[in-house]
Amino acid sequence: MNLMEKRFLDELRTVVGARGLISSPEELHTYECDGLTNFRVLPQAVLLPSNTEQVQAIVRLCHRERIPFVARGSGTGLSGGALPVENGIVISLARMNRILEVDLLNARVVVEPGVINLDVTGRVQPHQYFYAPDPSSQSVCSIGGNVAENSGGAHCLKYGFTTTHVLGLEVVLPDGSLVHLGGKCLDMPGYDLMGVFVGSEGTLGIATKVTLRIVKRAECIRTLLAAFDGTNEAGAAVSDIIAAGMLPAAIEMMDNLAIQAAEAAVHPNYPDCGGLLLVELDGPVAEVEALMRDVDEICRKNGAWEVRLAQTDTERMLVWKGRKAAFAAMGRISPNYIVQDGVIPRTALPKVMSEIARLSEETGIRVANVFHAGDGNLHPLVLYDRRIAGQEQAAEALSYRILELCLEAGGSITGEHGVGEEKKRMMSKMFAEPDLDTMQRVRCAFDPLQLSNPTKVFPTPRLCGEKPGEYVAHPLETAGIVERY
Amino acid sequence: MLKTSTFEENLRAVVGPQNLRAASTGDLVSGVFPQFVAEPDDEHQLAAALSLANDAGIAVVPRGGATKLDWGNPPKKADLILSTARLNRIVEHAWADLTVTVEAGCTLQRLQERLAKHGQRLAFDTLWPERATIGGVLSTNDSGALRLRFGALRDLIIGVTIALPDGTLASSGGKVVKNVAGYDLPKLVTGAFGTLGVITRAVFRLHPLPRAAKTFSFSAETFQAMQQHILAIQDSQLAHTSLQIRCTAGQLPAADILFEATEVGLAAQESHLRNLLGSARVEQSSESLWSARQNLWYLPSKAALLAKINLLPTEIAKTLDSLNSIGESRRVNWQIVLQATGIGTLRLEVDPILPSEAVEQLRRELQSRGGALVVLRRPPELHSFDAWGDAGDSVPLMRAVKNQLDPKNTLNPGRFVGGI
Repeated sequence: MNLMEKRFLDELRTVVGARGLISSPEELHTYECDGLTNFRVLPQAVLLPSNTEQVQAIVRLCHRERIPFVARGSGTGLSGGALPVENGIVISLARMNRILEVDLLNARVVVEPGVINLDVTGRVQPHQYFYAPDPSSQSVCSIGGNVAENSGGAHCLKYGFTTTHVLGLEVVLPDGSLVHLGGKCLDMPGYDLMGVFVGSEGTLGIATKVTLRIVKRAECIRTLLAAFDGTNEAGAAVSDIIAAGMLPAAIEMMDNLAIQAAEAAVHPNYPDCGGLLLVELDGPVAEVEALMRDVDEICRKNGAWEVRLAQTDTERMLVWKGRKAAFAAMGRISPNYIVQDGVIPRTALPKVMSEIARLSEETGIRVANVFHAGDGNLHPLVLYDRRIAGQEQAAEALSYRILELCLEAGGSITGEHGVGEEKKRMMSKMFAEPDLDTMQRVRCAFDPLQLSNPTKVFPTPRLCGEKPGEYVAHPLETAGIVERY
Repeated sequence: MLKTSTFEENLRAVVGPQNLRAASTGDLVSGVFPQFVAEPDDEHQLAAALSLANDAGIAVVPRGGATKLDWGNPPKKADLILSTARLNRIVEHAWADLTVTVEAGCTLQRLQERLAKHGQRLAFDTLWPERATIGGVLSTNDSGALRLRFGALRDLIIGVTIALPDGTLASSGGKVVKNVAGYDLPKLVTGAFGTLGVITRAVFRLHPLPRAAKTFSFSAETFQAMQQHILAIQDSQLAHTSLQIRCTAGQLPAADILFEATEVGLAAQESHLRNLLGSARVEQSSESLWSARQNLWYLPSKAALLAKINLLPTEIAKTLDSLNSIGESRRVNWQIVLQATGIGTLRLEVDPILPSEAVEQLRRELQSRGGALVVLRRPPELHSFDAWGDAGDSVPLMRAVKNQLDPKNTLNPGRFVGGI
């Protein structure tokens, strides 16, 4: 198809200024993918607006010319959500990075979408507050991206996900108009469109202001490390902890391969074991100490041969360092890897883990496992060497097979990373046609022309205003840009 | 006169003659008299019945326990009551995974009783749990004192199945707490007053029942002093579950706080609370105080207005002052139960009638500070008073969503925001 017309680029340049427009091929390469590097598409242009009015003006121009656009935060996403769309532009929110309002008395903070997740906590930390959703990429990922993916993190077991902590949104709709969803107060009259927007992966518009809830730090935080012979034993301990009526702030599990990688990368001095459990409790001192004694007992009862309690902040930091570095650490033990993000009911863990182990042995592809044990979110890290013929395909196939296992166990194809580009093909396995159709109808209300990140999430595009009956191929299908799965 | 003979025959064929009857005076919806009441056996029958009605241009009012049928604006039309009375199964309590799948017609009480068998609960306190159903509390987004700690229903729901007017049964979410695949339609239908689809089943995340619990109460000399106490507690590292203010015109405000913890934990929290509140007298009190919100509905009076109000915690004192001043100038008797989340239930009454200007004035003040006033129960003289108030600039977008899912305006026409 044609290169973007110079005239259109000039109009965009007028909106954002010369510094706000990237159109040279060398510079465009930076934006051709996000954290999922095996899908790359060169955008026609990248825009870097500084404020809401500029975002609106850009989107209006796109609407007029029917140019698709993809919003991008820090580009750390792992499902290709910020992957550019063929013949479209990227709108980067990186320059909109101001914290606009801090209202401690009402526990609210208003930020622009380009603000880094950890910086929100940084700003309110002196007053003993923090912003709860803590993805492992929190020192680099943006709030806007978190909103798009409904990001979680290790502490969402107790504290919930991004959607629990978003109180209000200013959104530029795909026709350039501005709406306010949610508000200052809870339960504003009307549909919870804010709840639909969070986690919609940039397909419904662009958030230009986000009102976040902040949470008071607990009086005391204690982290316990327990070493088991295997992940089954560790899993049994997790079940017993839940059955005892406790709700820890976080429960993480790592298998031996993951431990090895973490040790090689950041030396957290983990015990060398088959299954490592990290249990964090927070709350008032007396309560936490009482419950921690119960957790210790439960772990030992399930065969933990070493139990360590991190008491100081430094000790805690080190314990978490290993877990949070786990993905990046894979680079120490393998040239390439794919990280997946399936969810299973906790009770299905032994069955699923043993099946993963069997598949790994069968294919000869190693799989390291890091697991948000509290809520069943698996992160299998499928390790391979791209230089060996056939390994990349085998690794990809294995990672999708693992997602199928998750579905068979009654789970989900994605707990945190989103569907994006990567898992579109799995959506038809998780949802029936009427389910996907209903979601797409909602999408049509927001984006009838399908300009906002149009090729993501859904396996098959749906024309808005489509009537049931004879199948009519979507223009993107006939153009060969998308496939029907 | 509706040409319903074919519709009625078809409906009878779908749900069975034993599940269809003519409506009676007990089936009124805000003064509108429907023609039929259908009680399908399962969600497929329900979806088929809804689709028939949609085709025939029949207006449908979904109904669970009928405890909140008069909330919102009166419907423009109401021909068929579609009851979820028979969709009342607890489909699966996956206690080891802390989730439950339940049909929309199950009452909250029955659900909680079953969950308690494994020491768990749906961490949500509703009005009239012995009659209120899952579908109804979700559709009206009711919430109580537990919301402070556990969030609203939107934070507890992880999956939903809805019947759309075209007969589609659509599911979204799933059975696991952590799930970001697809759009969050459970949130869309929560609080949607049954105007987008009829909820047939829902999946919730659960919490353990507390090991022990204690309630304490205290009062304050002024509204400002009470606000200070509330803000101080919210800013502290107390791990309270609930915190509410109770206030009646002409009386000092009182507050209640709920702690749920281990025994040793409770003792420490009590001590911390007393230190925090300084000279205020803190007394242990009864857990029956947590029914204060529901009790507002029963006070003897021939016609009171019940409203849900929303405000920021820093506006508590100002709002109570406004109530006092409107109360005095308009001779309105008021009573409120306000949660520390900023959500409250307000009761207004005046003899002989309540002037709409009084309610308008209060709504204007709340809206000017970013909040809202939504009428839940109205006295007869306020029959045409708009329940919702200003719903902001996203109303056109809401209408677009409605138009996608219910283009013929079959479900609860006119009851919701923006005339939806």
